[in-house]
Amino acid sequence: MDALPRAAPRPHLPAGALGLGALLVLAYGIVPLTGTSYLFEALLTPFLALALAGLGLNLLTGYAGLLSLGSAAFMAVGAYAAFNLSLRLPGLPLPASLLLAGFVAALAGLAAGLPALRLRGFYLAVSTLAVQFFVAWALNRIGWISDDSPSGVITAPRLVVAGLSFDDPRGRYLVSLTVVTLLTLVAWRLVSSPTGRNLVAIRDNETAARLVGVKVARTKLLAFAVSSFVIGIAGALWAFAYLRTVEPAGFNLDRSFQILFIVIIGGLGTLRGAFLGAGFIVVLPLLLARLGAALLGDGFDSGTLEMVQRIVLGALIVAVLIREPAGLAALLDRAGRRLGRRAA
Amino acid sequence: MSPDLAFLIEVVVGGLLSGVMYALVAIGFVLIYKTSGVLNFAQGAMVLFAALTFVSLTERGLPFPAALAATLAAMGVVGLAVERTVLRPLVNQPPITLFMATLGVAYVIEGAAQLAWGTQVHGLDLGIDDTPIDLGGVLVSRFDLFAAATAGLMVALLSAFFRYTRTGLAFRAVADDPLAALNTGLRLPRIWSAVWIAAGIVALVAGLLWGARLGVQFSLSLVVLKALPVLVLGGFDSIAGAIVAGLIVGAVEKVSEVYLGPVIGGGIEGWIAYVAALGFLLVRPSGLFGLRAVERV
Amino acid sequence: MQPALRLVRTGRDGNRPLLSGPAPRPAAVPAPGGSPHRDRAGRVLSVEGLSLAFGGTVAFAEIDLAVGAGEIHAVIGPNGAGKSSLINAITGLYAPQAGRVRIGAESFARVPAGRLAALGVARTFQNLALFTGLSVRDNVLAGLAAARRAGLGAQILGLPSARREARAHRDAAEAVIGRLGLGAVADRPAGSLPYGLQKRVELGRALVARPRLLLLDEPMAGMTATEKAEMTGFIRAARETSGAAIVLIEHDIGVVMRLSDRVTVLDHGRRIATGTPAEVQADPAVIAAYLGLADGDADADADTGAAAA
Repeated sequence: MDALPRAAPRPHLPAGALGLGALLVLAYGIVPLTGTSYLFEALLTPFLALALAGLGLNLLTGYAGLLSLGSAAFMAVGAYAAFNLSLRLPGLPLPASLLLAGFVAALAGLAAGLPALRLRGFYLAVSTLAVQFFVAWALNRIGWISDDSPSGVITAPRLVVAGLSFDDPRGRYLVSLTVVTLLTLVAWRLVSSPTGRNLVAIRDNETAARLVGVKVARTKLLAFAVSSFVIGIAGALWAFAYLRTVEPAGFNLDRSFQILFIVIIGGLGTLRGAFLGAGFIVVLPLLLARLGAALLGDGFDSGTLEMVQRIVLGALIVAVLIREPAGLAALLDRAGRRLGRRAA
Repeated sequence: MSPDLAFLIEVVVGGLLSGVMYALVAIGFVLIYKTSGVLNFAQGAMVLFAALTFVSLTERGLPFPAALAATLAAMGVVGLAVERTVLRPLVNQPPITLFMATLGVAYVIEGAAQLAWGTQVHGLDLGIDDTPIDLGGVLVSRFDLFAAATAGLMVALLSAFFRYTRTGLAFRAVADDPLAALNTGLRLPRIWSAVWIAAGIVALVAGLLWGARLGVQFSLSLVVLKALPVLVLGGFDSIAGAIVAGLIVGAVEKVSEVYLGPVIGGGIEGWIAYVAALGFLLVRPSGLFGLRAVERV
Repeated sequence: MQPALRLVRTGRDGNRPLLSGPAPRPAAVPAPGGSPHRDRAGRVLSVEGLSLAFGGTVAFAEIDLAVGAGEIHAVIGPNGAGKSSLINAITGLYAPQAGRVRIGAESFARVPAGRLAALGVARTFQNLALFTGLSVRDNVLAGLAAARRAGLGAQILGLPSARREARAHRDAAEAVIGRLGLGAVADRPAGSLPYGLQKRVELGRALVARPRLLLLDEPMAGMTATEKAEMTGFIRAARETSGAAIVLIEHDIGVVMRLSDRVTVLDHGRRIATGTPAEVQADPAVIAAYLGLADGDADADADTGAAAA
């Protein structure tokens, strides 16, 4: 399969280390003290969950070059697995639930990745759609998954870690932040490792990769498993920390496309791309709502907002692919370089 | 004949006729893929747009023929616009980039269509009385027959077009070898514009038929998801393949729904076509009619 | 790619069809006087009666080839003679219909491509097969993929064993990068480099694992005379340092004469001559097949200059 557009590989942390440190101080220190409930509930928590999902998809589609249109299915697997674990093993601490939910999603990813050993490109993408539709069906039909609740709706348990309740907006934000930080660290270690190199090698030239000694089949399956692991935990966060009440329809094809758009707009093949894209996606409807209300007043209702958002999103995807295929990450890099030159 | 057998035949026939409708949508894909290598995910959105425009025009009092003509014109404009603003700038990009661009286009068209015409459900009456016909003990839907006949007519017209008209010949030339076509003086952009207009017309026919069947609403754009297993099975570049695969997918889906469904659980038609296509792919990775690409190192 | 050598066919029967009539085949016996390369024990690569066809089209038929350690063996012939297909068959990308490939002690009907690196074989490609998204250094490091022992967990956690291995691999890559003069561009994405440098990176990726058999498919195509001279130096140095057997597909006859110990000539998928460069040049079969051997670097420069433009 020909290569997907992606940003240049960023060398290791050094320059970014300072910025990253500052970001973490901001995120852990300042924001929890100064943020409003609205900020946590409506902006930061969904941002974190979506960014994590984007991170997972980026590992698979950006780094390994395997296009997946079924990410929402793995989010769903993670969410419902976490729900079942906390329901049926009440003594299980939250971190363990999340971890195990991730493993369940990873198993699903492994199964979904088997076609990747025979199929490429469009055909592979279509097979991921099979996963998407099958999971959506299973969540509705297989009663015990949602504890026999009508139409598969589940309610997340209260967030308690080590006896401390994190069940308020700020607490849920902190839990999400911690999970996302840890998994991003793991993802960073992965893409900087020889295995991470192998992922990119398979994407860029599978034949050469095979000849050079990369175990192609094993690596592809690994990509699916790790990606689904991360996406599964993102789904669990989405359900536990953000929505609190979850239904299968929330993990439909539109959600899968949303994650894909996050990764395209943010920058395929980069870790920061997932965060940039997620931030954009979360902020977009709010911007549009404000803009719409300012321009059209009462005529701008939620239905109109949804349609306008669809148009803007679609147009943006096209624009990104035409003008800057490597997404916001590349734009940011260029802006940074220009600033650096001006300062020098 | 025994009632069980009659029922089975009914189910199969119903499935086959459904399959013809799938094939109709798939043919729109094939037209574009064959001549430009683009898998146009926006085909479904085009179907929705066509149906919505037509229905809204007739509801506003326009007579059938006028509404049809106006919608045809609109589809032509949309097709041209997409080809020119989205596909031409991306002409040298890998196929997967183009596919993602058509995802974006789908979103734009869906949003624009509903913004312009509203999001309510419309009924679409094509004047076909949907009383079932009794063929020797087997009940067949009159509408399905009409749809199949229309699709058949469309395919016949397309085949004639490809074989006997200059533009059709040009399409085939471009599909076969774009570089050679360029060398003989064929203007590729002109051909691609024509192809997208043709795909728009196919989308219109599909939109009318599907709209009459399902009602005209947002979920109409999801027929594209039915066409993908058909394409996978029949090959992305074969009209004959699309038809055969459409019939197979339709039949398998209906039969599974009726006979397998009660065993596993209802609603399996959402994924059974995909799983079947997937299973087939794993055995024959290039589909029924697809050509095996030889990778030159 | 325009061959630097303009091969003009004016044999009595013009285009000789592949399987009709006895094409003059030299006996597959060691050249008189022998050489250490030809001892069975020293043979790294041995191709016996290899034949490959795609559907009805024959790529090559009944090819014999033997390359010993430290030997530079060039394979020449016009476009379409089957040279790249031969390399692809030897490296397991195509499945031959008949014959065997012997690499070291092991013999195969079809070489397992995934085990090539483990067998100590590395190659470059005619049309470049770099990992364009990776940096030059990472491309070279990728050449050591088969030598990696540390598991994923060890890599992610940064366990000492993984660290040690990573350091050793980095050192090996640095050494190769230094030897090939790629230090200045080591951190740039391989896809952003000019063509000549990309070819060098590919060579580096092949060399880093210290293969015992190196297959180079037109490593100098599209290079200027200076670049070719450099490449020639690198290839010779590779033979000196690692003692690898090197099979080289090359069109520039000047390079072939200067660089190779032995030459095999293919035409229409058949081997028509094997021997030292001088022997092959004087071989009547080769001469009969190709008249009008354009001699020397002047023509080579003109052609490659045009090709590189």
